[in-house]
Amino acid sequence: MAKIYFSEDHEWISVEGGVGTVGITEYAQEQLGDVVFVELPETGANIDRGDDVAVVESVKAASEVYSPVSGEIVEINEELADAPGLVNQNAEGDGWFFKIALSDDSELDELMNREDYAAFIEGLE
Amino acid sequence: MGEIHPETLLTTPLDGLHRELGARMVPFAGYAMPVQYKGGILAEHAQTRTHAGLFDVSHMGQAEVRHPDGVAAAARAFEALVPGELQALKQGQIRYTLFTNAAGGILDDLMVTNAGDRLYVVVNAACKAQDFAHMQANLAGCELTILEDRALLAIQGPEAAKVIARLAPEAADMPFMTAKAFALGGIPVWASRSGYTGEDGYEISVASAEAEALARLLLAEPEVEAAGLGARDSLRLEAGLCLYGSDIDTATTPIEAGLKWVIGKRRREEGGFPGAETILTQLAEGAGRSRVGLRLEGRQPARAHSEIVDADGNVIGEVTSGGWGPTVEAAVAMGYVKSAFAQPGTAVGCLVRGKALKAEVVPMPFAPHRYFKG
Repeated sequence: MAKIYFSEDHEWISVEGGVGTVGITEYAQEQLGDVVFVELPETGANIDRGDDVAVVESVKAASEVYSPVSGEIVEINEELADAPGLVNQNAEGDGWFFKIALSDDSELDELMNREDYAAFIEGLE
Repeated sequence: MGEIHPETLLTTPLDGLHRELGARMVPFAGYAMPVQYKGGILAEHAQTRTHAGLFDVSHMGQAEVRHPDGVAAAARAFEALVPGELQALKQGQIRYTLFTNAAGGILDDLMVTNAGDRLYVVVNAACKAQDFAHMQANLAGCELTILEDRALLAIQGPEAAKVIARLAPEAADMPFMTAKAFALGGIPVWASRSGYTGEDGYEISVASAEAEALARLLLAEPEVEAAGLGARDSLRLEAGLCLYGSDIDTATTPIEAGLKWVIGKRRREEGGFPGAETILTQLAEGAGRSRVGLRLEGRQPARAHSEIVDADGNVIGEVTSGGWGPTVEAAVAMGYVKSAFAQPGTAVGCLVRGKALKAEVVPMPFAPHRYFKG
C-alpha cells in the first residue's frame, strides 16, 4: 500500500517499494493556473533533496519544482509532453511528474501527511 | 505571486463585480485587477477568439484635449508630442500613436480620437500620471481634462459586434478605428471600434457610476464571458501588439519597434515631433536592431529577457514578450534582434535556463487580425 507525503513547496510523493512518484499538489496547480509545459528531469539522473528537478510553465510564469527526497530518477511522465493540462485536470494522479528510487527513506520523516499539509495550506490563505 | 495590499491599491468601478465573479485579483499598475476568473486564462482566451470576452480596462487613462480654436488646433498642438498625423483625422476617426522623447525613444503608446469638438485620448495605466503631466506642460494653448470618473470596458471577439448591434443597431457598421456616442440599454457611452486582442470589438467609455450596470448588461448576453488580464496578454501577444514597458520603452525607437507606419506621411517630410532627427534618420537608413516575431519549435515558452542567439550561439538579441499561444498552439515570442537576423525564416535560439530552444523568425501577427473594415 502506497503512502503519500507532502512538502512545504507543494510537492507530493507517493511511496511504494522504495520508489516515490512525485508531482505537484492540487493546491499548487490551482495557484499556478493553466499549465502549458513541464520540463522534466532525465531518467537516470541522481538528485539531492531540494534540487530544482523540474519546471512548470503556466500561462503566466515558470515555477521550479524541488525534489522532496534524494535518489535516482527511474521514470518520467512522458504523457505531459503533449498533454501538460493533465497537471490541472488531475495533479495528484495522471499529472505526476517523475518516479524516483529513494536513497534515504528517513528523508520522508521530514515531510507532512495529508492532514498536516491541509492545515499548512489553510495557514497560507 | 504578488501579495495584495488593498489599502494601497486603487480599485476600478467593477471591483465588486470581479470579486463576485470569482476573479483572482493581482496588483497591476497600482490597481487591483482581475488576472483571471474561474474558467482560467486558456478558457478566457478561447472564449474571446471564438465568441466574446469582456475586459475591464478602467485602469487606463482617459482624457480630453480642447483648444479655443477647435479640434483642428488641438490636433496641431498635439502633433508636437507625437509622430502621428492627427490633423488629418476626420470626426470619429482614431489613430494609434506614440509619445516620443528627444532621443527618439517611446514614452508611451496611445489612442487619439477626433471627437468632434475635442480630442479623446487613451493612455496606458502605468504611464498615465507622467503622460498627463507631459500633456499639461506641452500642449500649447490646450485645455486638458482628465476623465477620472469614467470606466473603460472592452468587448472583444468575433461575436462582439452581434452583441453590440442587438443593444445599439447604429453601432454595427462602425468601421475599425472609429468612435461615436450611443446608448447601450439606456446607458450613454462613448465607444471605439478597437481593441488589444486582434479581434473585432469595441472599447467602451462609460460613467463610473454606470459601469457595473453596463458590465452586467453585456455579461447577460449569451456570447459574452468575463476575461482577465492574463487572457488579454496572451491575446495581444498572438496579435503581435506591443506591450508598453516590455516591447517598447524609452530605450526603443518607433523604427526599431517596427512601428514606422505610425509616422504620418506629412510628418516624415516635416518632422516637428520629439526625436524626429533620430527617428527620421533611422527611417531612411534603417536601425541596428528590429522587433521580430519568433515561433519556437517545441511547446516550451521563452519569456521576456530570454537571450536570443544565432546558430553559433552568439547573442543577437533579447525576448521582450513570450509565452504559450493558445490559438496558434505554439510557443511564440517577440523580441529585438540585430537587423541582419530579422528576416523571416532566420533560424535562431532562445536561451531558457541555459538551453537554446530552437526558434524561427516569423512575420507577425501570429494569429491573423480580424478587424471590421466596414
